[in-house]
Amino acid sequence: MNETVNLLVGLAMGLNLLALGSSRLPGVIGAVAAQGIALGIMPLLLEGRADWHLVFIATATVAGKGFLIPFLLRRAMRAARIDREIEPIIGFVPSVLLGAAGAIGAVAIVESMPLLPEHRNSLLVPGALASVFTGFVLLIGRVKAISQVCGYLILENGIYLFGLLLLHTTAMFVEAGILLDVTVGVFVIGIIVDRIQRAFDSLDTRKLTVLRE
Amino acid sequence: MNSIWLIIVPVLGAAVAALWPDNRTRPWLLPVFGLAHFALCVWLLFSPPAIAEGAWFGFDSLARAVLPAVSLLFLVCGVYGVSYLRVRAERPNRVFVSMLLAMLALLSAGHQARHLGLLWIATEGLTLAAVPMLHFNGTPRAFEATWKYLLVGGTGIALSLLGSFCLGYASLKGGGKGDLTFAALTAQGTELSRPWVLAAWVLVLVGYGTKMGLAPMHTWKPDAYGEAPGIIGAILAGAVTTVAFTAILRVRAVVAASGAAAITDRTLLVIGLFSMLVAAIFLLGTRDFKRMLAYSSVEHMGILCIGAGLGTAGMFAALFHVWNNSLTKAALFMSAGNLHRAAGARTIDQVSGMARVTPRSAWIFIAGLFAITALPPFGPFFSELQVIRAAFEMHHAGTAAMFLGCLLFAFFGLTRLAFAIVDGRPRVATKSAGVRFAESPGLILPPLLLLAFSCWLGIAAPHVLQQIWTEAVSQLIPFK
Repeated sequence: MNETVNLLVGLAMGLNLLALGSSRLPGVIGAVAAQGIALGIMPLLLEGRADWHLVFIATATVAGKGFLIPFLLRRAMRAARIDREIEPIIGFVPSVLLGAAGAIGAVAIVESMPLLPEHRNSLLVPGALASVFTGFVLLIGRVKAISQVCGYLILENGIYLFGLLLLHTTAMFVEAGILLDVTVGVFVIGIIVDRIQRAFDSLDTRKLTVLRE
Repeated sequence: MNSIWLIIVPVLGAAVAALWPDNRTRPWLLPVFGLAHFALCVWLLFSPPAIAEGAWFGFDSLARAVLPAVSLLFLVCGVYGVSYLRVRAERPNRVFVSMLLAMLALLSAGHQARHLGLLWIATEGLTLAAVPMLHFNGTPRAFEATWKYLLVGGTGIALSLLGSFCLGYASLKGGGKGDLTFAALTAQGTELSRPWVLAAWVLVLVGYGTKMGLAPMHTWKPDAYGEAPGIIGAILAGAVTTVAFTAILRVRAVVAASGAAAITDRTLLVIGLFSMLVAAIFLLGTRDFKRMLAYSSVEHMGILCIGAGLGTAGMFAALFHVWNNSLTKAALFMSAGNLHRAAGARTIDQVSGMARVTPRSAWIFIAGLFAITALPPFGPFFSELQVIRAAFEMHHAGTAAMFLGCLLFAFFGLTRLAFAIVDGRPRVATKSAGVRFAESPGLILPPLLLLAFSCWLGIAAPHVLQQIWTEAVSQLIPFK
């Protein structure tokens, strides 16, 4: 089972690089959606069994991260009539290089942290840190609101990956609450994107400069 | 009486507000449910409920030490809100009122949370519930502020979740069974895995520090406070920041129990002083009196952190300062809201002579300004004095010196701006706007009441409060 999980985490890390290197927004959204689905089935693989609690978490994650949120993002994209990031603050090639360096750095950091025996050969922790880092690069390095939301989602995905380490021991309430919050949070962000678009007639956050000291 | 009613009552209020048909009478739900909540809070303050072992939430010493301040602040804001929403009768207030009451429920939950996950959920909920309030005014600038608030605040809240997970992993690595209540984590003490605990401390400090508005994570604050209605600024600056601060204090207690107390104190001092310094610099530069209040809030969050990093005496002063900051800052936000409404502008380039246009609000604003810059007999003077005393007791003379220097520069910045808008001749545009703005008692008495309370805290802080602050300190720093 661990091998399959590692494969999926590796896939998620690859999708990070894809999201960093893609100038077209559908590509970024697709990468985020695929990552969401890969993450969603992980709880089932990790535990190797399927009680209603795990199935609930997996279904909710796949539905939310894999379908609902990407659907909302695509809708926002159509409403705003933009489909590519034109002048990123951090270019696409430097972004990919940064992401790759971040992935290597994540592995190096995790080497020096004490891990439980069952997590020693797992890519979960490096994958989590690499995704958090990727999320930050996108949040800082992109100017379109939709790209930034995608960055935020990848950041959340990294945190979710880390949370999987605690899946065995944390009560269900916490996980369900977290899932709900993530979904609602982005949903709200989606609405805001819509409103910003109407108010500014553009999704360029660089134009949000009235409030500057 | 069970403290869960502190959550149920405002939830009921939010539901009633969502269903209430009449836009004109709906705001009255704010003071009604605020009063019920405050009465409950006072009742529980005097007869604290027993907390079961391993309970996920409860009205413990720390909650008793700060939640009544938040409840009082909400009640006064509710009273002010009735008059404010009457002035803004053109806008529907269903979402506004019900979200405000939902925030009160989440504030109660966050202060009482004794479980890492529950604490996080409450804070996340607060972040989201505040969103509709921030763009209540519906202007493009309000949208811009909301976007920044969501992006920066959302990232902060995500990092605090990562920090919580790290703490959970530290517990697992140390042989824990996955019990994430603060009591269980503290009991594990030095068994917690040290590297993970330190990682958790950094992430939690950055994460909840973003919600608190500590520099350099404060960038959302001036925009959000500037664009939100005054009453929302009061609640964000006086109540939401308090939840984030108590969250940091609860995690600090766990990290200190694991043997890293010196590190936590040092980081709190550094981030506190840095916040004060950044705030002082920006206060000297800003020309907008609502943004000024945001920077002043950053400064006071710094003061709280410095107090928390100075041992038992400092922690006592910090809890005292939570009350002073909440009540005084709220009075300032309300009077600033009045000035903004009357003048129709917010910068010293456009506003002056408010002492003639809206004399009562202007004088409350000046009194509040002196209160927040620590003029006796107002409360902040005494709590800040205690912070300085604690600094000298702990042989942190350098900290005390920097603290005083930042206070001085903040004083220059605040007075420069406040007198520029209050003194002088009213602008022509301001004059005509002022005619339409009536200083009704509902807009004047609430901030006045808060200032009176701040004065009372300074001259004669009630014995029960002093006792409960001492108890909360011994909950947070058990070994000294």
